[in-house]
Amino acid sequence: MTEEARGTAPVPEKVDLAADFRESGVAEVLAELDRELIGLAPVKQRIRETAALLLVERARRKLGLAHETPTLHMSFTGNPGVGKTTVALKMAGLLHRLGYVRKGHLVSVTRDDLVGQYIGHTAPKTKEVLKKAMGGVLFIDEAYYLYRPDNERDYGQEAIEILLQVMENNRDDLVVILAGYADRMDRFFSSNPGFRSRIAHHIEFPDYTDDELFRIAENMLSGQHYTLTPEATAALHEYIALRRQQPHFANARSIRNALDRARLRQANRLFESAQGPLDAAQLSTIDAADLRASRVFAGGLDHERSGASQ
Amino acid sequence: MRITQGAFSFLPDLTDAQIRDQVEYSLRNDWAVGVEYTDDPHPRNTYWNMWGNPMFDLKDAKGVMMEVEECRKANPDSYIRLNAFDSTRGWETVRLSFIVNRPKVEPRLEMTRTDIRGRSQLYSWAARR
Repeated sequence: MTEEARGTAPVPEKVDLAADFRESGVAEVLAELDRELIGLAPVKQRIRETAALLLVERARRKLGLAHETPTLHMSFTGNPGVGKTTVALKMAGLLHRLGYVRKGHLVSVTRDDLVGQYIGHTAPKTKEVLKKAMGGVLFIDEAYYLYRPDNERDYGQEAIEILLQVMENNRDDLVVILAGYADRMDRFFSSNPGFRSRIAHHIEFPDYTDDELFRIAENMLSGQHYTLTPEATAALHEYIALRRQQPHFANARSIRNALDRARLRQANRLFESAQGPLDAAQLSTIDAADLRASRVFAGGLDHERSGASQ
Repeated sequence: MRITQGAFSFLPDLTDAQIRDQVEYSLRNDWAVGVEYTDDPHPRNTYWNMWGNPMFDLKDAKGVMMEVEECRKANPDSYIRLNAFDSTRGWETVRLSFIVNRPKVEPRLEMTRTDIRGRSQLYSWAARR
């Protein structure tokens, strides 16, 4: 009798979800997400819901209730520079703390890493990547390139088949996240119905508003120990509004590039105008002139401007 | 005759869970695990056939276990071993090697004694099925 009792772990009668939440360290990841990612309210909401589902699922398992490992493959759709990769990285950490993936690393790949160049090259290549991703999250950026409808002998189809098989059979071992621009992902899913049905969570990333972009810029600058003068602040606000209307706008990525170029101009300005020794404040101040010199204020790149007038 | 080569070979055969734990240990130490197989367990047969390349950059044992599964499927009646290679400077060698699969009937090693010049003798072994 006593031996039997020892053999099976005692089943608790109650589960304290709040305590579970605290112990799992999920709260820290969610707080980090709120702190570091500006905007993206619907995405954060979905992540919170996913975390809740996994916690409840874990509690059910503890109580010995019927539970089924939820499918957690996801697709992230949104314009360039809205933070898909960053969120995927956080997702890997979150799933690891919830005990859903064993190692919690992120393997980020594109078509080149999965699809081979000749017959018999694709399967080993895809399997190699899958083996590396086991126990973690496989992030496939611009996943729609895997499928090339114009070329029926394209090896992408082979990679898709292997992926689908592993997504189905190794649900406990890895989570696959597909990412890409919304319209092309839609076309990709409609031509590969197998993918759509195996992905439970379709998360859309909205574009950032001008205000959010400005806060992102502030975050980036304070991280690099730069400050803006009041005039530069106004210039940056204007810059964001103007840049949005020009082609190849990539949300936060455009802002990061703009700031990098402003730093370049600031360094140049310091070199040419400095008369004596500089102090730390001068070295870390970005002036309006550094931003105003951008071609965005002149209406974009030369060739694009001439193209628009033609 | 039970062939004893590599680690754990005097113990009962490892279960898959035990193999997985050993692989986890190897990966934790940053060793690259490779799968090899052969049908000739002669001790002088040091170079076994490689089943794919040694697996660098793995994080989880599942990747190795998948390869072991496939190798078993393709060579059910062979010896299969795992080698864990340490690439640290100064080591650059296999740190752990153990058998994960044996044929149902293992060959025996047969000794041949040869008389040579004087009263000297030479001994040689061969695997016989």
